[in-house]
Amino acid sequence: MNRITISAAAAAIAVFTTVPAFPQSSDSTGFGAATKIEAKDGAGIYASLCQGCHMPDGVGAVGAGKYPALAKNENLEAGAYPVFMVVSGQKAMPPLGSYLDDEQVAAVVTYIRTNFDNNYTDAVSTEDVQAARP
Amino acid sequence: MLSGTPQLTRRDLLAMIGTLAGSAAMYQAMTTLGFAQESPYKGPLKLDGDPKGASVLILGAGLSGMVSAYELSKAGYRVQILEYRKKAGGRCWSLRGGDKYTELGGFEQECKFDKGLYLNPGPWRIPYHHHAVLDYCKRLGVRLEAFVQVNHNAYLHSAKAFGGKPQRFRQINSDFNGHVAELLSKVTRQGGLDQAVSKEDREKLLEALQSWGALDGNYAYAAGDRSSERRGFEIDPGGGQMPVPKPSQPIGLSDIVQSGLWSSLSIGNLYEYQTTMFQPIGGMDMIAQAFEREVGNLIHYNAKITEIDQDDNGVTVRYEDAQKGGEAQTATADWCICTVPFSVLSQVKTKVSSDMQAAIDNLPYAASIKVGLQFKRRFWEEDEHIYGGITFTDLPNTLISYPSTDYQSSGKGVLLGAYSWEAWAYEFTSLPPEERIKKALEYGAQIHPQYNDEFDNGMAVGWHRVPWTLGCYGEWTEEKRREHYRAASAIDGRIAMAGEHISYIPAWMEGALLSGLDATGRLHQRVVNG
Repeated sequence: MNRITISAAAAAIAVFTTVPAFPQSSDSTGFGAATKIEAKDGAGIYASLCQGCHMPDGVGAVGAGKYPALAKNENLEAGAYPVFMVVSGQKAMPPLGSYLDDEQVAAVVTYIRTNFDNNYTDAVSTEDVQAARP
Repeated sequence: MLSGTPQLTRRDLLAMIGTLAGSAAMYQAMTTLGFAQESPYKGPLKLDGDPKGASVLILGAGLSGMVSAYELSKAGYRVQILEYRKKAGGRCWSLRGGDKYTELGGFEQECKFDKGLYLNPGPWRIPYHHHAVLDYCKRLGVRLEAFVQVNHNAYLHSAKAFGGKPQRFRQINSDFNGHVAELLSKVTRQGGLDQAVSKEDREKLLEALQSWGALDGNYAYAAGDRSSERRGFEIDPGGGQMPVPKPSQPIGLSDIVQSGLWSSLSIGNLYEYQTTMFQPIGGMDMIAQAFEREVGNLIHYNAKITEIDQDDNGVTVRYEDAQKGGEAQTATADWCICTVPFSVLSQVKTKVSSDMQAAIDNLPYAASIKVGLQFKRRFWEEDEHIYGGITFTDLPNTLISYPSTDYQSSGKGVLLGAYSWEAWAYEFTSLPPEERIKKALEYGAQIHPQYNDEFDNGMAVGWHRVPWTLGCYGEWTEEKRREHYRAASAIDGRIAMAGEHISYIPAWMEGALLSGLDATGRLHQRVVNG
């Protein structure tokens, strides 16, 4: 349970920025670079990143701890809160800002705030995301 | 080859120098992150002094919790353990035929591996310098066998190099070293190192380069016996009137450099992955089972912790039945060792200092996935002569690890078909288990076409969906460690934290054991010194 390839590869990339050292691969079915989420639209980003924990219908899950439901979630009313959580994380929510560009964060937050029985129609902008980046 | 240094561009050279520096730089980077430390374990814990009937409540029956319980009860403490699951071990876990695993979200899998075959979703190998793990294995009777990390006959693969055809590790390794040795010897002989290296040293250096890189008498890395003794022959030496042995042709420098395959060459040189590595015979959870034999009578299973309280007199923990819920029950003790991962503990009402709470709330848990694939026959051995070890690829499954046991058995075999991190791990985790397996097959078949005919069944574990951890391991950064580690590892009132996350060897069992032992030792000092 240790990060053999990515640590090594990431360290190698960090050190040798003059050469495109490690070939980034992609495939025909959705997975892209090792450290970037491939999907660009809100629904696609949700399906390839968020639903791992918050589940396909946004219902969350409960084990020893829980992942909160995003469905009918009043914490989504102010867009800044989910933007902050996606970018920086907190508690069981890991920071995801490095895997997504500003457009992707805005798209997925807007998707969550207007789906799963949420209806917060004031779209989140890329400026909002930039402001939330540490 | 290469006697005229054909088409060596500045970019090629930079990349190669990068790789030579690579293992050192990589090692340094990993050390900074807390990896690659030698374990300071100095033998069995000695807890001298009378605990005078003191009691300790341990939260979590993973390795750190069980080692603490084992040592404390031997020293005369009254110990009880609360565990969320129906079994002990935590992340030290193996899946075998007949096991059912339900991940968060209710996705169920039933393992259909043949008898004796397994997947270790968590830890799967033990470095020779993880002294505590090795010592407890010895003391508790866990039998070990060699885990093959480096296999020169396994592959290095890039979808974008050599037309997607996997290359044998030994060939890339030999050719890379050979070309670098030839270049350096050329520079040395042309006087390029005269400023840096004395005349006497230059002669020795040339000798060393010739030996290290398998260069011929003219300091060239060329097709011939010397290079083939490293990379293998086109026609291997045989007996009698079998065909005359024929050396193989090295791959050109530019192809090697451009392939990027060199990026995986140094992994086995890292302190953490150097030979000899070990694994328990029969699966990693043999270690968990050994501890459970010692302290199982102290464990209260199916206990979901809902609140941790403390005052000057002791610790009170409320918990409920993990399956049925219902009425809260209470456990009390003088002291508490809490091994609950911070991903979970951050959601439990816990009475600790604000510094400790800040640490608990600010440690993210890494994403990681593993996929185990059972095949109807061991084609990697039968067809490709790969016995144990790891093939690395730049596809999202990142590697294929071959079983380091039961070589040449005629039955089925289980490969580790995917072990992914970062974005790929999130993408894998977001899929239903059967889709993860399909992806691992799709990638693996690009390396082993036999996948298409020989696949039998599989198991896929995404660590963010594991109900008892909500993630793989505590992902400290330098900054987070500076800010929170001291508080996280302090005894806070009557509560000490333990687990891989309270160590400088995160994600490794050694970190979990050392953390448990360290917390136990410090708690004991507190108790006997009043």
